[in-house]
Amino acid sequence: MKNNRYITAFRRFMDGEVSFEPKVKETEVRRETSHEEKPLAERYTEWHDRNSYRLFKGVYAAIASLVAGCIIFTLLLTVSYLPPYGEAGNPANNEVTERYIEHGMEETGAVNIVAGVILDYRAFDTFGESCVLFVAACSVMMLMKKGKKGKGEETLQNYNPKRDPVLKQLAMVLVPFNLMLGVYVVLNGHLSPGGGFSGGAIMGASLILFSSAFGYRRARPILTEKLIKIVTFVSLTFYAVAKGYSFFTGANHLHSIISPGTPGRIMSAGIILPLNIAVGFVVTMTMYSFYALFTKEEI
Amino acid sequence: MPFIANFPFFCILITMFGGILTSMVNGKWAFRINTVIITATLILNGTLLLFLINDPQYFTFMMGHYPAPWGNEIRFGPLEALMGTVFSFVTLCSLISGKAEIFHDVKPRNVHFFYIMINLLLSSLFALIYTNDLFTAYVFVEINTISACAIVMAKENGKTLAATLRYLIMSLLGSGLFLLSIVLTYGITGQLLMVPAHEAIQRIFATGDYQIPLTVILGLVCVAMAIKSALFPFHTWLSHAHGSATTASSAILSGLVLKGYIIMLIKIIVRVVGLDIIVELKAVNILFVMAVMAMIIGSLDAIKENHIKRMIAFSSVAQMGYIYMGIGLGNMAGLIAACFHIIVHALTKPMLFSAAGGLAAASDHKKDFGHLKGAAYRNPIAAVAFLIGSLSMIGIPFFAGFGAKYYLYMAAMGMGAKMWVALFALAVSTVLNAVYYIRVISIIFSKAEGEVVERRKNSGTYNLAMAVLIVANVLLGLFYRNVMDVITVGMGLL
Repeated sequence: MKNNRYITAFRRFMDGEVSFEPKVKETEVRRETSHEEKPLAERYTEWHDRNSYRLFKGVYAAIASLVAGCIIFTLLLTVSYLPPYGEAGNPANNEVTERYIEHGMEETGAVNIVAGVILDYRAFDTFGESCVLFVAACSVMMLMKKGKKGKGEETLQNYNPKRDPVLKQLAMVLVPFNLMLGVYVVLNGHLSPGGGFSGGAIMGASLILFSSAFGYRRARPILTEKLIKIVTFVSLTFYAVAKGYSFFTGANHLHSIISPGTPGRIMSAGIILPLNIAVGFVVTMTMYSFYALFTKEEI
Repeated sequence: MPFIANFPFFCILITMFGGILTSMVNGKWAFRINTVIITATLILNGTLLLFLINDPQYFTFMMGHYPAPWGNEIRFGPLEALMGTVFSFVTLCSLISGKAEIFHDVKPRNVHFFYIMINLLLSSLFALIYTNDLFTAYVFVEINTISACAIVMAKENGKTLAATLRYLIMSLLGSGLFLLSIVLTYGITGQLLMVPAHEAIQRIFATGDYQIPLTVILGLVCVAMAIKSALFPFHTWLSHAHGSATTASSAILSGLVLKGYIIMLIKIIVRVVGLDIIVELKAVNILFVMAVMAMIIGSLDAIKENHIKRMIAFSSVAQMGYIYMGIGLGNMAGLIAACFHIIVHALTKPMLFSAAGGLAAASDHKKDFGHLKGAAYRNPIAAVAFLIGSLSMIGIPFFAGFGAKYYLYMAAMGMGAKMWVALFALAVSTVLNAVYYIRVISIIFSKAEGEVVERRKNSGTYNLAMAVLIVANVLLGLFYRNVMDVITVGMGLL
């Protein structure tokens, strides 16, 4: 007979009828009369029902802080064993940086060594990095963009400052200069500190300022979703084609038509300038579309 | 350098460009463009593989005009080409078999975003396989993280959003640890490319400087990759993310995304650090312990599950355990067996997910066992695929999984205490695998008496993809020695 029970249980398991999911217990809320009247086991169960969540939270917090503390300690210990900052004999000061610093300008044509490294020596990484921005913008669009809304629905748009005179006046002065600064930083990326990423961030910030000061209705006719899509598409395609050509010629030891030019001139450094412009556009559009999607849930 | 050495570069570039192009079109065209691009990568990778099998060697491909320590580089031999071929093949099959479900689960205005993500995901996987540069690896890990989360999120409902959030947090933690380890590596070696970094690390190890940072780096890399590929204590995100996403996403996530990181880890172990150093610093032992626990606990969790896709997802946890056990053994045979199991799992798990999707589609899109009863009669080809996949995962001879288990057993031989633990874990885990897979098979093949069977009409592409996957599985089960030869040669050249 006993066997039979196990066999039935096994059958029920094999038929997928047994559920292992924790059952939600229904607890009654009732007034305590007196503790001493009940047996210990029952009192324990009651206490457990009432406090288990709090207990779990406490233990969880304790273990989490312990683990985090251990990790922090280990990492700090590691840092103390690393080579000291700024010493001449450090492992990082090797033939790699030497060539970047000493021959970077003649090889890439860029006065700004950083631009030379990220857009010529290690341009593949930077292409990946612009694709990260693209893929991030796409996933935010996928998540946040809503279809048409009914009239009564609230969005964050309703809480935007409306007709704020101070913001408007300031934005009127700041936006053009900011945009100009952004353009300057992008265009001079190969000559002075800056480049596509930083210039794009400045331009994106000024677009956000424009949109928040003058309202959504003024910004929308200019910065449509289509425009953002097309600009991103064209910039990334240009990057892919230009760098694809450069990688292909480099790897196959073919002659490339791209030449470094005279360092210091605005039209120099091969394709670093157009690449900076492309990256700048991608960053600007990504920043603006993030802002638009997170506040208005549409562009 | 022959022209064929350009192929991996073309694969990475056209998949990335495909993602960019897809942003301009609607869902239907996105599917077509995507299919063409992935087929093209399959042809390119396959040709490269055939070329490298006939003439085993490795190529170093400069990304630009500057050689190794200064510019980016990709480097590949037979092993990488094999992985690339398998990855494009599996992606293609999962996408065309899951097409109907994608258009059913994802909102129409989001379908083209889904395909953008798939393209970029595939390009990042190729880059992880082929790259010879630690920092490039990190950049593509970022793309991989975002797009993997996005394809979970594509099926928008409460469950997937919660699962995505969980996945995103864990995945970002993994990325962060990986970045930290790269930064520390740069700090003590001054190199980012793998081969120069390897020389520098060997020099450091020989002199005995920076012993503690080196150990911490290894620990960080192992933990980062373990989080990314859901090894036992870090597996909590997996069942939700893979169980609730649309079928094609689940197939690609568990078949490929987890593997990309493992291949990266194997490359770091062999090419950057060196197997002897990592064994001496005992970093592999941590992986071994976690792997053994994953093999058993993942299977136990799968037994408890009543939702078919979550059950398959938990089975992935156990299978990740197998792969990490191979790595954790700390010998070349173990690494080779792990690589073989990567291929087996990459071919089998997407088939199981697609089959489960087909069975569920024939049962009102319900995925719990109560509704799946008799589903085999409603969708026979999916049931056959599920049957073959299960047998392969259990490790029955003539199916792909058998070879993997056989080589794992062989690799464990002669490893002292590790041998007994590994053999015990393999035996227990195999029995547990059998318990939950046979249970599902008996459920889907048992029909209530007098039930009227309405056979579901699958699309032609679904049937084709399933048939191709079944054939691939059986072929891998029959000719596992040939595949092993390629892996062995490739591992020697890595």
